Amino acid sequence: MSKKTKWLAMPYTIWGIGFIIIPLIIVLFYGFTDVSGHFTIEGIASIFTHVNLKALIVSMLLSFASTLVCLIMAYPLAYILAEVGRGKSSLLSLIFILPMWMNSLLRTIAWQNLLEKTGLINAFLSFCHLPTMMIINTPWAIVLGMVYDFLPFMILPIYNVLCKIDKDTINAARDLGANGWQTFWRVTWPLSLPGVISGITMVFVPSLTTFVISDILGGGKILLIGNIIEQLFTQDNDWNAGAGLSVVMMIFIIISIIITDKYDREDAGK
Amino acid sequence: MKKKFIGTILALSLAASLITGCGKTVDPNSDDVLYVYNAGEYIDPDILDQFTEETGINVVYDEFETNEIMYPKVESGAAIYDLICPSDYMIEKMLANDLLQPIDYSKVPNYENIGKEYIEQSTFDPEHKYTIPYCWGTVGILYNKTMVDEPVDSWSILWNEKYKNNILMQDSVRDAYAVALKYLGYSLNSTDHDEIEEACELLQKQKHLVQAYVVDQVRDKMIGNEAAIGVIYSGEALYTQRQNPDLEYVIPKEGTNMWIDAWVIPKNARHLENAHAFLNFLCRADIACKNFEYITYSTPNTKVRDLVEDESLKNSEIAFPDLSQYHNLETFKFLGDKGEKYLNGMWREVKSY
Repeated sequence: MSKKTKWLAMPYTIWGIGFIIIPLIIVLFYGFTDVSGHFTIEGIASIFTHVNLKALIVSMLLSFASTLVCLIMAYPLAYILAEVGRGKSSLLSLIFILPMWMNSLLRTIAWQNLLEKTGLINAFLSFCHLPTMMIINTPWAIVLGMVYDFLPFMILPIYNVLCKIDKDTINAARDLGANGWQTFWRVTWPLSLPGVISGITMVFVPSLTTFVISDILGGGKILLIGNIIEQLFTQDNDWNAGAGLSVVMMIFIIISIIITDKYDREDAGK
Repeated sequence: MKKKFIGTILALSLAASLITGCGKTVDPNSDDVLYVYNAGEYIDPDILDQFTEETGINVVYDEFETNEIMYPKVESGAAIYDLICPSDYMIEKMLANDLLQPIDYSKVPNYENIGKEYIEQSTFDPEHKYTIPYCWGTVGILYNKTMVDEPVDSWSILWNEKYKNNILMQDSVRDAYAVALKYLGYSLNSTDHDEIEEACELLQKQKHLVQAYVVDQVRDKMIGNEAAIGVIYSGEALYTQRQNPDLEYVIPKEGTNMWIDAWVIPKNARHLENAHAFLNFLCRADIACKNFEYITYSTPNTKVRDLVEDESLKNSEIAFPDLSQYHNLETFKFLGDKGEKYLNGMWREVKSY
């Protein structure tokens, strides 16, 4: 590393030590100690109590569902955006990024008002003499909230990758006799995988750890692992158990990143 | 190149606005400031302005949603306040953990306006040295007369299948368990594991009937006809009735929680003179009255009822209840660290059920 790059890296080094490394050490310390500061794995092991295990499984299922929905919705959209003509689509993509300019908490509360029993959607439905919809305070509402909040994080990386695919590659495939479907399946899809994978990570990880969406749209009836950690810190004042579960979550996230990264590399090597 | 230039200008102007443009910042070491930590929507904001006008002391006012959220912040010293307004059992816990300092009542002459019965009822502060009661009330059932046809006088209505998805429960450990324990005929300060387990099963059975577990939102949801029945604090009941006359508040016959919220000065407070001045200000009859008319929680200030101009408020049985006709009213006690931990765990058993 030259002197110049070292100097340029200084701001981030300070930032990283102060706000990433040191907090991480503190979390690990709390996670592996008890109230009196003695070593214990009780905090980590508390993931195996049935309440926490259930919350973890529910979190995994809901984030898996929302990631899948995001992918199904985002891929065609990103494909169209990329196809419609590079450069011209900036207005279109702006429309999809626009909601991100608003605070996600506000958007989630807006969904609560929309979905409520006497909310806007139901008021409209009953005005049209249609049966009302009761999905607020159910897992469906939480998935809806996750999809709405995290969809742009799936669209953008896929769109970026698709834009960068060399048109000549696709033309070459056509020249060699591949039909539209074959071109997509054999050429475009494999080349877009890195974007898909970073999209999956960017949706799955925040969904797995959210507690605000489940609180607001789940009516406090569905406990995700994020809610449990939040309650351990704020209500129970039990930082050790909270940090212990956070460490478990970090391990889960690292594993999921390693798995996706491995797929990424295997495909790149093809 | 041009793009780069514009970018630099933007970055610089952003940095400049960060440095200069953040408006009024309060220096925590200055003498004319007071840090107050109170429960959500629990004061008339005009009162804070009036206090600043009269004394020149700036009030930095923060709010907490539940006592449980307030406690760790204060205990860890992560936030330093001069005045906090917790509930009875939390004050007992703070006293047990030596987090409070005595109030100098000689600097609070208006303290004499506080009714003796409320000071005596403040068993969480046995020597009456650390607290000044702020509000008190009960926890009861708020129901919508147009949606509930049977008479409501018991907690049992919260387990009635007829009101599936129309019931709002308090999302707070102690309040939720108080309902179940009282319904079963036990003390709401029970630490008996069998009794708590029984209450836990009862709450689990209730879960499929509950529309949502919420705290402050009970008020708005009931006003908006979102639910038929809700568990609510008496002070909120009066406000909701004003907004929606179909609502009615009852104290169930099985008994309930009588709570007192009181002001305390934490040990690490830095602006003691200002804290006492603010307490004296709050106890002043006209201020207490103004505040009462705004938040409509029952006040322990004996001078207030005569000053209230609104006849319906003055004669309200919710705001000024005759306590002698109610039995089984209990005040929360601190359950000890072990008891609390157990109950918190049992609450998660309900929430994840």
